[in-house]
Amino acid sequence: MSSREEILNRIRQHQTNISTSLPKVPNFFDKSVDIIDAFKKSLLIMGGTLLLVGDADPLQALKEKIKNANVICSMVPEIKGNRELNEQNLPKELDDIDYAIVRASFGVAETGSICLTEKNLMINTLGYLPQHLIVLLDPAKIVYNLHDAYAQPEWYSVNYASLHSGPSATADIEGVLIRGAQGVRSLSVLLIS
Amino acid sequence: MNHLLQEEEQPRGAKIRGRHPVDQLEAANRFIAATAHEMMHDNRLWDLRKKRDAQMHAIPEWEELRQLASDIKSHTLDHLADYLEEFEHNAKKNGIHVHWAKDAQESNQIIGDILKAHQAKSLIKSKSMLGEECGLRPYLQKEGIAVVETDLGERIQQLDDEDPSHVVVPAVHKTRTDVSKVFVKTLNAQPGNNDVHYLAEWQRETTRPYILSADAGMTGGNFLVAETGAVVVCTNEGNADLSANTPSLHIVTVGIEKIIPKMEHLAVFIRLLSRSALGSPITQYTSYFRGPRRGGEMHVVLVDNGRSTRLGKPNFKPGLKCIRCGACMNTCPVFRRSGGLSYGSVYAGPIGLILSPGYDPHKYRNLPFASTLNGSCANVCPVKINLHEQILAWRGELAKQGELSLSKKVIMKALGKLYANPKAYRQAIQMGDKILQYLPHFVVYNRLNAWGRQRDLPEAPKKTFHSWYKKHYMNGKGDEA
Repeated sequence: MSSREEILNRIRQHQTNISTSLPKVPNFFDKSVDIIDAFKKSLLIMGGTLLLVGDADPLQALKEKIKNANVICSMVPEIKGNRELNEQNLPKELDDIDYAIVRASFGVAETGSICLTEKNLMINTLGYLPQHLIVLLDPAKIVYNLHDAYAQPEWYSVNYASLHSGPSATADIEGVLIRGAQGVRSLSVLLIS
Repeated sequence: MNHLLQEEEQPRGAKIRGRHPVDQLEAANRFIAATAHEMMHDNRLWDLRKKRDAQMHAIPEWEELRQLASDIKSHTLDHLADYLEEFEHNAKKNGIHVHWAKDAQESNQIIGDILKAHQAKSLIKSKSMLGEECGLRPYLQKEGIAVVETDLGERIQQLDDEDPSHVVVPAVHKTRTDVSKVFVKTLNAQPGNNDVHYLAEWQRETTRPYILSADAGMTGGNFLVAETGAVVVCTNEGNADLSANTPSLHIVTVGIEKIIPKMEHLAVFIRLLSRSALGSPITQYTSYFRGPRRGGEMHVVLVDNGRSTRLGKPNFKPGLKCIRCGACMNTCPVFRRSGGLSYGSVYAGPIGLILSPGYDPHKYRNLPFASTLNGSCANVCPVKINLHEQILAWRGELAKQGELSLSKKVIMKALGKLYANPKAYRQAIQMGDKILQYLPHFVVYNRLNAWGRQRDLPEAPKKTFHSWYKKHYMNGKGDEA
């Protein structure tokens, strides 16, 4: 008998099979919440930065941020970087990037999260190996909470997706919070359609 | 305080002597004696508990979420085999290789074989309690594979050759000076520089080359979603996503009880997990692996290692609901003051008290007694595990199996006789209260009575409840007061 069969048999022998029904999960939607405002607040709590949309040039703050950077990899048509990626790049080759600029699939107000899929990133390590990450997010694509987030269609089509909530962080030594652990040191979000 | 922290040697964990019963009390005493460490540890964990409470109060549906989480887990455990098969079917459809391991040894072997088949000599790894449970790292190192932990806390513990002391914050028992000493010895860090930012940065810089050059990457899994065949990993440092996405081979090791039916259920658990663990709304990264990346290969090893047996024990089955958030540890007065390493087992604190004797009732026979049964653990548990009831149930179970220590046997035998005879019991209580007032200190606080070592007994009441009740009610007279 294979281990698979042995395990499944033992489970079937032990599980009660009583028909405890699978609970239906309500949405807990609170209509009084201003979704965009809530997203901004949550993003800051998680250590993210909000880039202001400029009046004359909506991308002004973003351009300001990257103007002294050496290696910029942009996956969005709005900004031109100086490092092109293609699907043949090895994941580790992204290690020297200072700023990566990507567009998120959607955002989550409850947690200030942005969802980056393999399609947004092209190479998954683009979300982690660069020193800093700048994310463009359409404010119309911010959902209220995690119940809405996990009802999005992306989860059924992509092989990889991650909710990023602020930059990488650790508090493993005496609880001292450090932003910039193994992944990006900062995460900035620009709300722009 | 700061001065003390720099001077004080780090207290080490329980002395492990094969399958000999772990003496948690002995190790706890040494931890308590290191007063600066004890205070730092206690404050840090209580701070996590307070942050958890603040998150809880910010969510009106918190209690509803806990009930949902508990009910979803109950349902899933009652239909576990079906959901595992559904997961396997969907994961395979997406190109994931699925393996089944009945115990730790088989799990290690499967992982070793996958690595050998790919001629992998180096492995970067994010934190996995299951990996610790199975002794994976020592096994792979014996097989000639270099393993580097990429989580800061876990890396500290690896370099210090010490087990993690907490499921979420593995080096929480160490001070910055302890960490500095480890890094000076092993990573060539600046001697005497115990600045936390420096230490974290030094670990980042020294780990990055391993991440870029590793032949394979490994993660644990917080959840398996049957509906989509996906693995969900919740971390803060970005190291799990790097471990999974940088090398072309990604291996996941995960316990069979981590499965949930659908995506809509995932939302419930993600809302609860980090709020319960660290008091943050969500982990920095909540990552979803539904298949291998382009040009990559992904393996999932489903590990039983005693879980299917536990499923058949009604008293202890609820332990399988655990999502490893560590909230029960952060709130536990015993854990906070004795340190995770005093338990001498992979899982420490309240959850460790109920999981460990399941693996080895003899070795861990003292653990269910490292509790005051105050129930705080059960009150904070996001999946509503009846931890304190299971701790009590284990005491009974161990007594039945003849696994009580000699001192407990002597006391239990005497008390058993006393409790069986109501009249003798009442006399003893009445006498006891009187005697307590005059008893020399050494009689209550002796070596047989571990309980008395850190505690003072309350002042004995002047009369027992029974004598009061008898006087006022048994002869029909009421009492105005």
